[in-house]
Amino acid sequence: MTDAVISIKFFASLREQVGQAEAEVAESGVSTVLEAWNSATHNMSMPENTLMAVNMDYVDASHAVKAGDEVAFFPPVTGG
Amino acid sequence: MMLIEIKDAPFEPYQRLLDYQVSADFAGKFGATSVFVGSMREFNQGDDVEAMLLEHYPGMTEKYLQKISEEAASKWDIMDSLIVHRVGEMHPNDPIVLVAVWSAHRAAAFDASRYLMEELKSRAPFWKKESLSDKTRWVDKNT
Repeated sequence: MTDAVISIKFFASLREQVGQAEAEVAESGVSTVLEAWNSATHNMSMPENTLMAVNMDYVDASHAVKAGDEVAFFPPVTGG
Repeated sequence: MMLIEIKDAPFEPYQRLLDYQVSADFAGKFGATSVFVGSMREFNQGDDVEAMLLEHYPGMTEKYLQKISEEAASKWDIMDSLIVHRVGEMHPNDPIVLVAVWSAHRAAAFDASRYLMEELKSRAPFWKKESLSDKTRWVDKNT
Protein backbone atom coordinates (compact mmCIF):
# COMPACT_ATOMS: atom_id res chain seq x y z
CA MET A 1 0.00 0.00 0.00
CA THR A 2 1.27 3.45 -0.85
CA ASP A 3 1.52 6.21 1.71
CA ALA A 4 -1.60 8.31 2.04
CA VAL A 5 -0.13 11.45 0.54
CA ILE A 6 -1.12 14.02 -2.04
CA SER A 7 1.57 15.36 -4.39
CA ILE A 8 1.69 19.11 -4.86
CA LYS A 9 3.39 21.05 -7.64
CA PHE A 10 3.94 24.77 -8.06
CA PHE A 11 4.92 26.44 -11.31
CA ALA A 12 6.43 29.68 -12.59
CA SER A 13 6.02 32.83 -10.46
CA LEU A 14 3.94 30.94 -7.93
CA ARG A 15 6.79 28.46 -7.39
CA GLU A 16 9.06 31.38 -6.60
CA GLN A 17 6.53 32.99 -4.24
CA VAL A 18 5.88 29.74 -2.39
CA GLY A 19 9.59 28.87 -2.39
CA GLN A 20 9.18 25.26 -3.46
CA ALA A 21 8.53 23.37 -6.69
CA GLU A 22 7.04 20.23 -5.15
CA ALA A 23 5.64 19.07 -1.85
CA GLU A 24 3.78 16.15 -0.37
CA VAL A 25 0.98 16.57 2.12
CA ALA A 26 -0.70 13.94 4.24
CA GLU A 27 -4.19 13.03 3.10
CA SER A 28 -5.44 13.22 6.67
CA GLY A 29 -7.48 16.40 7.13
CA VAL A 30 -7.10 17.41 3.49
CA SER A 31 -10.22 16.90 1.40
CA THR A 32 -10.17 19.81 -1.06
CA VAL A 33 -7.70 21.58 -3.32
CA LEU A 34 -7.78 24.63 -1.05
CA GLU A 35 -6.95 22.50 1.98
CA ALA A 36 -4.06 20.96 0.05
CA TRP A 37 -2.77 24.48 -0.69
CA ASN A 38 -3.09 25.48 2.96
CA SER A 39 -1.26 22.39 4.12
CA ALA A 40 1.56 22.68 1.56
CA THR A 41 2.11 26.43 2.02
CA HIS A 42 1.42 26.61 5.77
CA ASN A 43 -1.63 28.78 5.18
CA MET A 44 -0.06 31.29 2.84
CA SER A 45 -2.78 33.40 1.23
CA MET A 46 -3.46 32.23 -2.31
CA PRO A 47 -3.03 34.89 -5.02
CA GLU A 48 -6.42 35.74 -6.53
CA ASN A 49 -5.61 34.65 -10.07
CA THR A 50 -4.14 31.25 -9.15
CA LEU A 51 -5.10 28.37 -11.44
CA MET A 52 -5.45 24.84 -10.09
CA ALA A 53 -5.38 21.35 -11.56
CA VAL A 54 -5.96 17.89 -10.16
CA ASN A 55 -4.35 15.08 -12.13
CA MET A 56 -3.71 17.55 -14.95
CA ASP A 57 -7.28 18.81 -15.36
CA TYR A 58 -8.38 22.31 -14.37
CA VAL A 59 -10.54 22.43 -11.24
CA ASP A 60 -11.60 25.04 -8.69
CA ALA A 61 -10.47 25.35 -5.08
CA SER A 62 -13.39 23.38 -3.67
CA HIS A 63 -12.65 20.30 -5.81
CA ALA A 64 -12.13 17.08 -3.85
CA VAL A 65 -8.69 15.51 -3.53
CA LYS A 66 -7.57 12.10 -2.32
CA ALA A 67 -4.36 10.18 -1.67
CA GLY A 68 -2.36 9.63 -4.85
CA ASP A 69 -3.67 12.76 -6.56
CA GLU A 70 -1.32 15.27 -8.14
CA VAL A 71 -2.46 18.81 -7.36
CA ALA A 72 -0.85 21.73 -9.20
CA PHE A 73 -1.00 25.47 -8.61
CA PHE A 74 0.14 28.04 -11.13
CA PRO A 75 -0.37 31.61 -12.36
CA PRO A 76 -2.31 32.55 -15.52
CA VAL A 77 -0.80 30.85 -18.53
CA THR A 78 1.23 32.87 -21.05
CA GLY A 79 2.16 30.53 -23.87
CA GLY A 80 1.98 31.00 -27.62
CA MET B 1 -3.15 12.25 -36.45
CA MET B 2 -3.12 15.61 -34.68
CA LEU B 3 0.54 15.75 -33.74
CA ILE B 4 1.74 17.69 -30.69
CA GLU B 5 5.43 18.49 -30.18
CA ILE B 6 7.18 20.28 -27.33
CA LYS B 7 10.72 21.30 -28.29
CA ASP B 8 13.45 22.35 -25.89
CA ALA B 9 15.76 23.58 -28.66
CA PRO B 10 15.25 26.02 -31.55
CA PHE B 11 13.24 24.69 -34.49
CA GLU B 12 12.56 25.87 -38.03
CA PRO B 13 8.77 25.98 -38.40
CA TYR B 14 8.67 26.08 -42.18
CA GLN B 15 11.03 23.11 -42.50
CA ARG B 16 8.99 21.21 -39.89
CA LEU B 17 5.81 22.00 -41.80
CA LEU B 18 7.29 20.80 -45.06
CA ASP B 19 8.62 17.59 -43.52
CA TYR B 20 5.29 16.87 -41.86
CA GLN B 21 3.22 17.51 -44.95
CA VAL B 22 5.48 15.37 -47.16
CA SER B 23 5.02 12.38 -44.88
CA ALA B 24 1.30 12.95 -44.25
CA ASP B 25 -1.25 10.40 -45.36
CA PHE B 26 -3.64 13.10 -46.61
CA ALA B 27 -1.52 14.14 -49.60
CA GLY B 28 -3.75 14.95 -52.56
CA LYS B 29 -6.84 15.24 -50.36
CA PHE B 30 -6.43 18.69 -48.85
CA GLY B 31 -7.14 21.94 -50.62
CA ALA B 32 -6.26 24.31 -47.80
CA THR B 33 -3.50 24.69 -45.23
CA SER B 34 -3.72 27.41 -42.62
CA VAL B 35 -0.46 28.15 -40.79
CA PHE B 36 0.29 30.35 -37.81
CA VAL B 37 3.82 30.99 -36.56
CA GLY B 38 4.41 32.98 -33.38
CA SER B 39 7.89 34.39 -32.78
CA MET B 40 9.66 36.12 -29.93
CA ARG B 41 9.71 39.92 -30.05
CA GLU B 42 12.67 42.00 -28.90
CA PHE B 43 10.34 44.32 -26.98
CA ASN B 44 7.40 43.97 -24.60
CA GLN B 45 5.50 46.52 -22.52
CA GLY B 46 7.90 49.26 -23.58
CA ASP B 47 11.10 47.41 -22.63
CA ASP B 48 13.83 45.70 -24.62
CA VAL B 49 13.76 41.96 -23.98
CA GLU B 50 17.09 40.16 -24.35
CA ALA B 51 16.00 36.58 -23.69
CA MET B 52 13.04 34.58 -22.48
CA LEU B 53 12.59 31.37 -20.52
CA LEU B 54 9.53 29.34 -21.40
CA GLU B 55 8.35 26.91 -18.73
CA HIS B 56 5.64 24.28 -19.03
CA TYR B 57 3.91 21.57 -17.01
CA PRO B 58 5.12 18.31 -18.59
CA GLY B 59 2.15 16.03 -19.08
CA MET B 60 -0.60 18.59 -18.61
CA THR B 61 0.66 20.78 -21.44
CA GLU B 62 0.58 17.89 -23.90
CA LYS B 63 -2.80 16.77 -22.54
CA TYR B 64 -4.37 20.18 -23.17
CA LEU B 65 -2.81 20.59 -26.60
CA GLN B 66 -4.25 17.19 -27.47
CA LYS B 67 -7.61 18.17 -26.00
CA ILE B 68 -7.89 21.39 -28.01
CA SER B 69 -6.77 19.54 -31.15
CA GLU B 70 -9.60 17.05 -30.64
CA GLU B 71 -12.06 19.87 -30.01
CA ALA B 72 -11.04 21.57 -33.26
CA ALA B 73 -11.42 18.30 -35.16
CA SER B 74 -14.92 17.85 -33.76
CA LYS B 75 -15.99 21.44 -34.50
CA TRP B 76 -14.67 21.71 -38.05
CA ASP B 77 -14.25 19.39 -40.98
CA ILE B 78 -10.46 19.21 -40.97
CA MET B 79 -8.03 16.49 -42.04
CA ASP B 80 -5.21 17.07 -39.63
CA SER B 81 -3.50 19.53 -37.32
CA LEU B 82 0.02 20.07 -36.06
CA ILE B 83 1.12 22.04 -33.00
CA VAL B 84 4.80 22.61 -32.21
CA HIS B 85 5.73 24.73 -29.17
CA ARG B 86 9.09 25.75 -27.75
CA VAL B 87 10.14 25.56 -24.12
CA GLY B 88 13.44 26.56 -22.52
CA GLU B 89 15.63 29.56 -23.19
CA MET B 90 14.97 31.57 -26.32
CA HIS B 91 16.00 34.80 -27.96
CA PRO B 92 14.37 37.48 -30.12
CA ASN B 93 13.27 36.22 -33.52
CA ASP B 94 13.17 32.60 -32.35
CA PRO B 95 9.93 30.84 -33.34
CA ILE B 96 7.80 30.03 -30.28
CA VAL B 97 4.84 28.22 -31.78
CA LEU B 98 3.68 26.64 -35.03
CA VAL B 99 0.04 25.75 -35.62
CA ALA B 100 -1.05 24.22 -38.92
CA VAL B 101 -4.41 22.86 -40.03
CA TRP B 102 -5.26 21.01 -43.23
CA SER B 103 -8.76 20.81 -44.70
CA ALA B 104 -10.55 20.43 -48.01
CA HIS B 105 -11.65 24.08 -48.11
CA ARG B 106 -10.25 27.25 -46.58
CA ALA B 107 -12.93 28.19 -44.05
CA ALA B 108 -12.40 25.17 -41.82
CA ALA B 109 -8.62 25.55 -41.88
CA PHE B 110 -8.78 29.28 -41.06
CA ASP B 111 -11.31 28.84 -38.26
CA ALA B 112 -9.72 25.78 -36.70
CA SER B 113 -6.21 27.27 -36.67
CA ARG B 114 -7.53 30.43 -35.02
CA TYR B 115 -9.33 28.29 -32.45
CA LEU B 116 -6.20 26.25 -31.70
CA MET B 117 -4.11 29.39 -31.12
CA GLU B 118 -6.69 31.13 -28.94
CA GLU B 119 -7.30 28.03 -26.84
CA LEU B 120 -3.57 27.33 -26.56
CA LYS B 121 -3.00 30.83 -25.25
CA SER B 122 -5.77 30.64 -22.68
CA ARG B 123 -5.55 27.00 -21.52
CA ALA B 124 -2.20 25.32 -22.25
CA PRO B 125 0.11 25.59 -19.21
CA PHE B 126 3.11 27.55 -20.46
CA TRP B 127 4.71 30.54 -18.72
CA LYS B 128 7.14 33.15 -20.00
CA LYS B 129 9.88 34.81 -17.97
CA GLU B 130 11.59 37.71 -19.69
CA SER B 131 15.18 38.84 -19.20
CA LEU B 132 15.62 42.60 -19.53
CA SER B 133 19.03 44.31 -19.34
CA ASP B 134 18.77 44.77 -15.58
CA LYS B 135 16.23 42.22 -14.30
CA THR B 136 13.95 39.28 -15.04
CA ARG B 137 10.16 39.33 -14.87
CA TRP B 138 7.32 36.88 -15.38
CA VAL B 139 4.80 37.83 -18.05
CA ASP B 140 1.66 38.08 -15.93
CA LYS B 141 -0.99 37.60 -18.59
CA ASN B 142 -1.49 36.98 -22.26
CA THR B 143 -2.73 39.78 -24.47
